[in-house]
Amino acid sequence: MQIRLTGLSFTALGAGALVAGPAAGQTLDLTVTIPKLNVAEYHRPYVAMWLEKEGVAPRTIQVWYDVDKRGGEGTKWLRDIRQWWRAAGRGMTFPADGVSGATRAPGPQKVRLIGGRGGMPALSLGNYTLVVEAAREVGGRELVRLPFAWNGNSAAAAGKGSTELGAVSLTLKR
Amino acid sequence: MNIRTTLIAASAVVALAAPAALAHRMWMIASSTTVSGADNWVTVDAAVSNDLFFFDHQPIRVVPTVTQPDGTEGTVENHSIGKFRATFDVHLTQQGTYKIGALSQNVFGSYKLNGESKMIPRGTTVDKLASVIPAGATDVQTSESVSRNEIFVTQGAPTNTVFKTSGKGIELVPVTHPNDLVVGEAATFQFLLDGKPAPNLFVTVIPGGIRYRDNLKQQDLKTGADGKVSINWPDPGLYWVNVTPNRPREEGPGPGAGAPGAGGPQGAGRPSGPPQRRVSYVTTVEVLAP
Repeated sequence: MQIRLTGLSFTALGAGALVAGPAAGQTLDLTVTIPKLNVAEYHRPYVAMWLEKEGVAPRTIQVWYDVDKRGGEGTKWLRDIRQWWRAAGRGMTFPADGVSGATRAPGPQKVRLIGGRGGMPALSLGNYTLVVEAAREVGGRELVRLPFAWNGNSAAAAGKGSTELGAVSLTLKR
Repeated sequence: MNIRTTLIAASAVVALAAPAALAHRMWMIASSTTVSGADNWVTVDAAVSNDLFFFDHQPIRVVPTVTQPDGTEGTVENHSIGKFRATFDVHLTQQGTYKIGALSQNVFGSYKLNGESKMIPRGTTVDKLASVIPAGATDVQTSESVSRNEIFVTQGAPTNTVFKTSGKGIELVPVTHPNDLVVGEAATFQFLLDGKPAPNLFVTVIPGGIRYRDNLKQQDLKTGADGKVSINWPDPGLYWVNVTPNRPREEGPGPGAGAPGAGGPQGAGRPSGPPQRRVSYVTTVEVLAP
């Protein structure tokens, strides 16, 4: 079977190519702004964040959804985070330790991830893209891509959505 | 009655039994083809129509078979036949790809009894053939139709168990998985005829929503030497994919388009001789936006 993953091939990830030996204290700080929307029926968006690196399978680092719904019902709509679902989500089981989280309210939402803990891999040197995708029930979907190069010391990137996401930024430090 | 007339009539009967190859289009559509979670339902509409995917002609009456990702047979629930469509539900409890399909294998043809030509009743299956031909019949001429109509639904990540082939009629082998289709990425499917890669099959691809546009947007493709065909999806949405060994008949509101059985590709001008075997394959695929 050949599953095509938007140009990335399926290689083992985590323990493999992303890991840079003893990766003491890689800290990834993310800010994802959920816009306040003036709509008749508002539900907080489902948001997925994943890391892409050429030649490596994408790695999901955060998924915000209705984790607490009875019987795992919240997972029913995960596929609406469409590009993430195809790239990485559909091969995962939920809830995913250190990755799954509740949906967030409008405003800047901050997350700090430590390399090698939870869903966050320790990153080897190279070029990455952090992708943030938001899909809202009875609303729209938007995706912001933040390319960055990890040189082992520091990296930063910022972007902005226009409908379902506001400002999105990352800083990565050792 | 001469033999030639009889055979024309025979093909008209087949037209009713296997509409996929003719003017009317046979299809099923699922409420979702890509689902997440571990316990979902999909509902399916099954119909024969002119416009894709609108209910304007006949339901598909046959109850399809569900093949689950682990290869076991699933259950069709709440099957109901309406005026224009049939509907049913499928409970998805396994991770992977489900196949929902109907294979119809029928015998058609004619015989003579006391000098009079008789048709084999439509819908006759191979095992019933002996029982529909009376003792004393002569000039028995038969052939078979193998028509496959199937769709795929994936819960979680796509799997390939349901594509195990049977060697009968036209079958799809995924090079690209039919539940992994996205605009901007060409998909490749391989088609087998009786288990072997089938070159020169006619592959017709039409996007849904015909009622709301003037241009049919039909792609007429053919399988290559290896039985493979590459399909581009210009827009997201549902696509009807029909595969036959014969050139499909012109579509659209031409003469006879509203009259099933009034001709067909083997109607007028068909050479005399034993009726030809008919095979066809039809699926509906969903193409997502990137």
